[in-house]
Parts: sequence; structure tokens; C-alpha cells
Amino acid sequence: MTSSSSHQQTSADPEILLEGKGLERTFLTGEVAVRALRGVDISLTRGELVVLLGHSGSGKSTLLNILGGLDRATAGTLRFEDKDLSHATDAELTRYRRRSVGFVFQFYNLVAGLTARENVALVTEIANHPMQPDEALELVGLGDRVKHFPAQLSGGEQQRVAVARAIAKRPQILFCDEPTGALDSQTGIRVLEALDRVNRELSTTMLIITHNVGIGEIADRVLRMQDGEIIEETRPNRRLKPSEISW
Amino acid sequence: MKGMSPLNIKLLRDIWHMRGQAIAVGIIVACGVAIMVMALGTLSTLSASRDAYYERYRFADVFASVRRAPESAAARLREIDGVQTVETRIVRLVILRIENVDEPANAQIVSIPDDSDSILNKIVLFHGRYPEARSPDEIIISNAFAEANELQPGDAIEAVMNGRLRTLTIVGIGDSPEFIYALGPGTLLPDDRLFGIFWMRRRALEAAFDLDGAFNNVSLTVAPGTDTATVIDQVDDVLAPYGGTGAFDRPDQLSNAFVDSEMNQLKTMAQIIPAVFLVVSAVLIHSILNRLIQTERQQIGLIKAFGYSRSEITWHYLKFAIAITTGGVLAGFALGFVLQNLITNLYAETFRIPDLTWRVDAFALVAGSVAALGSAIVGSMSAALGAAKLSPAEAMQPAPPINYQQSWLRYVLQMRWLDEPTRLILRHIFRFPARTAANLFGIAAAVTLLVGTLFSFDAIDDMIDQMFFRTNAHDAAVTFFEARNESAVSELSRIPGVMAAEGVRDVPARLVSGYRSERVSITGLAADAQLRRVLSSDGRYVDMPSTGIVLSSQLAGMLDVTTGDTITAHILDATRPVVDLPVTAIIDESVGTPAFMDIATMNALLDQPPTVSGAYLKLDPQRQNEFEDSVIERPGIAGVSLRAAAIASFEETLQETIYIMMGIYAVIGGAIAAGVVYNAARISLTERGRELASLRVLGFTNNEVGYILLGELAIVALIGIPLGCIGGIALAHLIATAMATELYRIPVTVNPSTLGITALIVLVSSTIAALFVVRRVRSLDLIAVLKTRE
Repeated sequence: MTSSSSHQQTSADPEILLEGKGLERTFLTGEVAVRALRGVDISLTRGELVVLLGHSGSGKSTLLNILGGLDRATAGTLRFEDKDLSHATDAELTRYRRRSVGFVFQFYNLVAGLTARENVALVTEIANHPMQPDEALELVGLGDRVKHFPAQLSGGEQQRVAVARAIAKRPQILFCDEPTGALDSQTGIRVLEALDRVNRELSTTMLIITHNVGIGEIADRVLRMQDGEIIEETRPNRRLKPSEISW
Repeated sequence: MKGMSPLNIKLLRDIWHMRGQAIAVGIIVACGVAIMVMALGTLSTLSASRDAYYERYRFADVFASVRRAPESAAARLREIDGVQTVETRIVRLVILRIENVDEPANAQIVSIPDDSDSILNKIVLFHGRYPEARSPDEIIISNAFAEANELQPGDAIEAVMNGRLRTLTIVGIGDSPEFIYALGPGTLLPDDRLFGIFWMRRRALEAAFDLDGAFNNVSLTVAPGTDTATVIDQVDDVLAPYGGTGAFDRPDQLSNAFVDSEMNQLKTMAQIIPAVFLVVSAVLIHSILNRLIQTERQQIGLIKAFGYSRSEITWHYLKFAIAITTGGVLAGFALGFVLQNLITNLYAETFRIPDLTWRVDAFALVAGSVAALGSAIVGSMSAALGAAKLSPAEAMQPAPPINYQQSWLRYVLQMRWLDEPTRLILRHIFRFPARTAANLFGIAAAVTLLVGTLFSFDAIDDMIDQMFFRTNAHDAAVTFFEARNESAVSELSRIPGVMAAEGVRDVPARLVSGYRSERVSITGLAADAQLRRVLSSDGRYVDMPSTGIVLSSQLAGMLDVTTGDTITAHILDATRPVVDLPVTAIIDESVGTPAFMDIATMNALLDQPPTVSGAYLKLDPQRQNEFEDSVIERPGIAGVSLRAAAIASFEETLQETIYIMMGIYAVIGGAIAAGVVYNAARISLTERGRELASLRVLGFTNNEVGYILLGELAIVALIGIPLGCIGGIALAHLIATAMATELYRIPVTVNPSTLGITALIVLVSSTIAALFVVRRVRSLDLIAVLKTRE
């Protein structure tokens, strides 16, 4: 197993998929203005797996919300492919999330009333060129659990259903917010394996945010945030397999 | 909030937080209480004003008519045990000629003593004065008639009295407790324009009707505790030789009976309708409280861990229900007062009672509060006890996730052909059967209430159709002063414009079966009558059989007899024969408790030549005016009623009432539906907010998420509406049965259009309520959902 695909992309002239420049986000809480983002420049290229590290309050979730179309920056520009999202309307952001973006949440956020397959189908139904729900579940190693309801699955399994749900519509970018945050390390690794596989086989661009430094080792690129700024960018020499890392 | 216990502060904040739902429940409670306050308040207003009126103006206890009795008979009436006061009178129907009124109008002329005020059934004089004793042409007229025809003291009015056209001068305007509800001959609703009461000095009437030293009507009062039935029998004995037609007491006095009937309807309304509201509000409170307790599990655990007792926690949540309900009760009082005022004003136009003014009924307030708070406590008790029972350690854990499982339903609910959102909606419906049932119940209750009240307008249409079209093919009904030879009918048929005439004879009778006895009027119709017919309950025409008697189903029920049974008829006319008659058919009539016979058989029983007391006429529409002009000059005619005028008056009188009542019912029925839907949608949004926000993050639009949130309610509404229609028809039967009186009964007719209007009201109000909640979908916090665990 090699990391050829990611190396190809980093060595060739990489195509920028999503680019934010000078992103700022200020929250007004009462009299106090909190600057959660202080001019962040970030670009994600097609097919790369980026891990965004940072402590609580560093601004990484705020950045993910803006990149994912859940929130708008107070200042700065955001482009996805050739579209300017800086001043997008709610409907345009919904369309962006619907067509181009996938999300994996810390707490899975599965729909309790639907089986694993149906949770995936929920998203494939509103997508343009989705894969079959069963195929997506196969990809995350849950081919035999398709008819189970969330309450009948373990946390790791639920998170993998969430991954399957996120990738089934073949999004161009997948945002994962602490995808292993609620899991023990064994289960967490299985989830990371699923993400890793999707990144390699489908060339889906991924941004994983975590405070878990170890996870950075499976990435093409690691960004570190602190006090609303990206303070460090590193490219590991070799991208490790999830089974090779520990935390 | 200083000095308030922290739990009470929490309570207030909970209510503030859930104010939308609290208001929804409060409105439903308010509607139930309002109807109770309105119905009972109007009832006590009517009852108190009427009783005061009766007492102050000495409404009589027993009434009787005779053909002609000498004044000496009055002395014998005074000798009857228990009789206190006797007043003899002359009472006659006359035909009027009023300027600018084309149709024949009637007045009932009632005598007043020559030198004084009446002793019984006294006049309350609003304007003017009493007629001069020596002036033969002065009259007092009833207030409603004066208002409708814009007549004032000093105006003149023409009346045909015993065949002579007389010009009468109005000197006063008044009313009497005898005519609170004043009905002209052959009508069911008062027509103030075409029927009035006139009071005239006795001597003037004696002269006009050749009744010197005689009377044809008597009223009397009896000592408290006297059995009126015994008095009536003795009065009948005294008056029989003079052509007495049977004495009767207050319950059979027409005006009084109509007021009683209205009061009975108000009572029924106060008993049945608020119950629907209060049951719905109890169900809603139960669901709201259950949800609140789910949300506050951890807090409850904490509070218990601090050492609060079970009863303190139970009481805390009961207070939540009581607080919401109390708000509703107070609003219900206010709304009830407004409605009561509205209804009292409507009644004041129909029921001529002086001082019929709005008054507070303390009992209604107490009963409304007790019923509302009682149902709130019943509704909230199980949820509150459930909260108190939570063990602190367990409660402080988050609630276990909703456990959906494949079940026996899985084969049914594979639903492969459905999209996921729809499948989700259906699963949710089946996953929470109790909640679905509660929502279903709420919607169905709204529909039930609407159908069960709005049907009365269909019923009125049906009554009009039956009364004026199916059973009556005549254009005019003529009443004679007294029974006349059949040749009078052929005379009528020679009046210009009359195309056909059929004689009719009404005789008063007492019908007896076992210990049951009813005083009625038997109508004699020709066997082949075409202008007045009767219908069986399945809508077929019934011809008059040559023997026996035909009873209305209402009367048959009161006498507890059926076809084939024999009843005894005491005919209160002329020779007063007592005969046994077989019941040959039971027929369907909405109005009164009529009985019918073949007119020839009736005359034979009375041992009289062919005799009639009135006639039904078919008119040539082109020559109706000619008829109207000439008929009133014919001698012997007491009254003429035109079908077209009767229908117009019926509809005109009911129109306003119908629109007001329909409006009230539509609003309150809609309020139930809106309350149920709003509440259900809010609970659903609270419970599934996170799930729905996740879907928004995943790219679902607001509308798609709204579909998932509300689809369930839409399905519930679509099932609840037909269920409610069935319930509404059942409620209609219940109300029709409860409201049926001897005067009329409401047929249970529910037109498809009423079901349609009901469905529309419920759908529109539900949709409006749902839109209020959908607005909140837009403000779902998409960011929080990524971070928080439920």
C-alpha cells in the first residue's frame, strides 16, 4: 500500500477546490466582541486529506462552519471552484451543502427512525449522481448491518453509517468535525480507516478537525490553529495508515 | 421575583419558554369555559328576567278558551279548590290592513277590563296610555309589532273585525308576559311585521264580536302547591257546556313553551359542548407536560438529589397545568361575557322580555373553573407523578435514545416505494402510537364539534323544506273564527286567484294511552288531500286512512304507542265524544306533536255535518294580489297566512342568528384544530430539532425539513377529519335528541357541504398553526447541532 494518489496530487500542479482568504469571524456576545477568526487563509486542493488541529476555542470549528456553508465570514472571501460564496444567500448555501459538501459530526446525528440503509438513502435521494446506499455502507465495512436502526448499532458503527451517509452522494469535499471524539481508540481507528479509504478510492477532498494530534499522521497536510489563526502548516513525509497510529 | 421560591421562578420561566403552547391550550380551555359561561349565563339571564316578568306582571297559571261562556261561569271557576284569581277575557284573531304591507297581517286582540288594568297577564306599557273606557277604537299594540311597522301612539291601523273594516287608533305601546314569544297562526317563528298583539277595552270587543256579557277566554292563578292537573280537569268540566276546548297550564302555553325550549337548548349546549373542549385541553396538557418532563429529566434528578420530595415535584408540575388553565379560564370568562352579551341581544329581538340584560351567573363561573381545572389536573396527573417517580441517578442520565426496531410492522412498513422522508414520517406515526392517537383525537374532536354544531343549519334547511315544500303544497292557509260548514271552502274557491281549495278541521283533544295523556290538536284532512300532506319517516306520502288516527313520531313516543295500538281520544269540542282509535300510521313531522285523521271520519265522530275550521288554498301566482285584496273582506276569516311570506320571514329571522352562531362555532372549532396542530408541531420540533438541523446541514432545504416535521400531522389530519365527521354525526344525533322538545325537533341532516366546510376550516386553521412552527425551522441552529449531544 502506498500513498501514490496523494503524492501525485501534491507533486503535480494541484487544482484548488476551496479557497478562503482573509477569513474573519467576530461574534458579538453582549458588549464583548469575540474575534474567533483573525484573517485565515486556507486552500484545499482536489483529493487531499487535511487535518486541522487545535485546542478548544482555537477557532477550528468556526472555520469549518464557514467552509462548510453553515455560517458566513464577517470579512474575507470564500471561493468554491469558480463560485464566490462570500455573499451567498441561504438558498445558495443550502445548494452548496446539498450538491458539493458532506458532513460527519462528532455525535453521528443519525436519524433514529431510519435504518442504516435508509439514513444513507435520505441523502442519496437529494443528490445528483449518488452511489447506491448499500455500496456506501460496504465501503465503510457495514455491508451486513444495513437493516439496523441506530439504536441497534455501536457508536463506531453509527459513525461509520454517518460516514457512508456523507460520502454516498459523492461530495467533492467532506468535512469531519471531531469524527472520533466520542469513540474509544479502537473504534475510532475503524472510522478513520473508512475515511482514509474513501479519500483514496473516491479522491474526495477531506478536512478533518480534531484536537487529537495523532490523527495528523494520516493526513497529506496538517494545519494547526491557535487563537483564530493558522499558525503552522506541515506535510508529513509519509502518510500513515490509520492502523499505524495511536493516541 | 424577589421572595419567590426558585421552583416557582423555574415554573414561570418554563411557562414563558413554552408560551406558544401554553397559549394554544389556554385558548382551547377559554373556548370551553366561554361557551359554558355564555350558555349558563344566558340561561340564568333568561330565566331570572322571565321569572321576574311573570311575577311582576302576574302571568297566569292556567289558560282556557271557550266558544262563548256567560260571565256567571266565572263564579263557578272561582269556586274550584286552589284557584286564586280568575280573569275572563275576549281574545280574537283579526285581519289587518297595514299601509305598505301587501301580505295579509294578523293581530290577536285581547280584552282589558273597562275601568282598570288587567288583573292577570298585565301589560307593561312602554309608551302612551291605556285606551279610554268609552272609546271603542283605541288600542295598545305590542312593542315588536310597533317597531317592525314603525307605528307610534296616534297612528291609525285598519282591522277587519267580524267582517267589518274598522279604523283603530293606537294610544299605547306595551307587552305582556303572555306574549314573550308571539306567534301568528300557522307560523313557527315570530314575524313581527305581520303579527301583533292588540289590547282593547272589553266593552268595545263585546260589541264588535257579539259577546255581550260573555267571554271566550279565561286565565287563572292557583295557590302555590296546587296540582294544576286537577284544576284543569275541573275547569274543563265547568267550561265544557260552553264549548270549552280544554284548559292547559304554563308548560303548554305557547310563548312559555318556546322560552322553556330555548332554555333547554342552552342547558344542553352548556353540558355537551364544553366537555369536548376540556377533554381536548386535558389531552394537550398531558402531552405538553410529558415533553417538558422529558426535557427536564436531568433537572428533576438534580432537584430530587437536593432532597425535594415526590409530592413537591408532583405539585410543581401540576402547578404548571393549573397556571396555564387558570389563564384560559380567565380568558374564557371574558370571552364568555362577550358572547353572552351577543346572544342576549339576539334573544332580546326574539323574546320580548323587558330588562333582558346581561348578568353574571356565578354558578357558570364556578362550574367553568372547576370543570377546566379538574380536567387539567386529570390530564397532567400521570405525567407529574411520572416525574416524581424518576430516581435521581437515572434521571440525571440523558434519556435513552428512541428505540426504533423492525417489528411485525416491518412487512407492512417496508414501504420500499416511498422516499426516505415519507418513510420517516410513517415510522414516527407508528413509533409513538399514543401520541399519534392523541393528535388524531384532537383533530377529530375539532371536526366532531364543528359537524355537531354546524349541522343545525342543514337541519333548519331540511325543516324548511319539509314544512314549506314537501308536506305543504298550498300557497295560503285560511283560518276561520269558528267551525263552519264545508260550503265555506267552495266560497273560498270562488275568490279571484284561487285555483284550488281544500278544507281542514282542527279539533282540540286529549289523547290517552295507559297513564300517559297529551293535549293536542287533531287535524282532519281529506283522504285525498293534496295541499297538505304527511310523510312517513322514510319520506313516502301517507294518505289519510278512513279509520283510526295518524300520529307524529314525536307524539307516538310521548304516548309510548306504535302502529296497531289503540289510544283513547277525548275530543274537547261540541259533543265531547270519547272514542278509542287505532293508530294506523306514524309519520314524521319536525314541528309540534301533531295528530291527523280523515276529516270525514272526524266529523262523523263529532256527529256533525261536513265541517271545516280552515282551508288550504292553491293560488294563481299572476293573481295573488287580487286574492290578497279580496280575502280580507270575507266574513268569518280570522287569519290568512301566505307560504311565501312565512318562508321569507323564517329565513330572514334565522339569517342573522345563523351567521353569528356559524361564525362563533367556526372560530372555536378552528381554535381547537390550530391548538392541537401547533402543540404537536412544537413538541415534534423540540424533540427532533437536532435531527432536523442535521438534515439542514446535510443539504435539505427548509421546505424539505418542514415536510418531515409536518407530514406526520398532515396524515393525522387527513385521517382525523373523516373520523371526526363520523363523530360529528354521532354528536349531531346526541344534540338533536337532547334538544328535541314538544314544539319541534331538529332532524339530523348533515349535508356534504357542511362536511366540506368543516374540513376546510380545520385544514386552514391547522395550516396557519403549522406555518407558525415552520417559521422556527428557519431558525434552527445548524452549528450547535454539530457539537452537542442530545
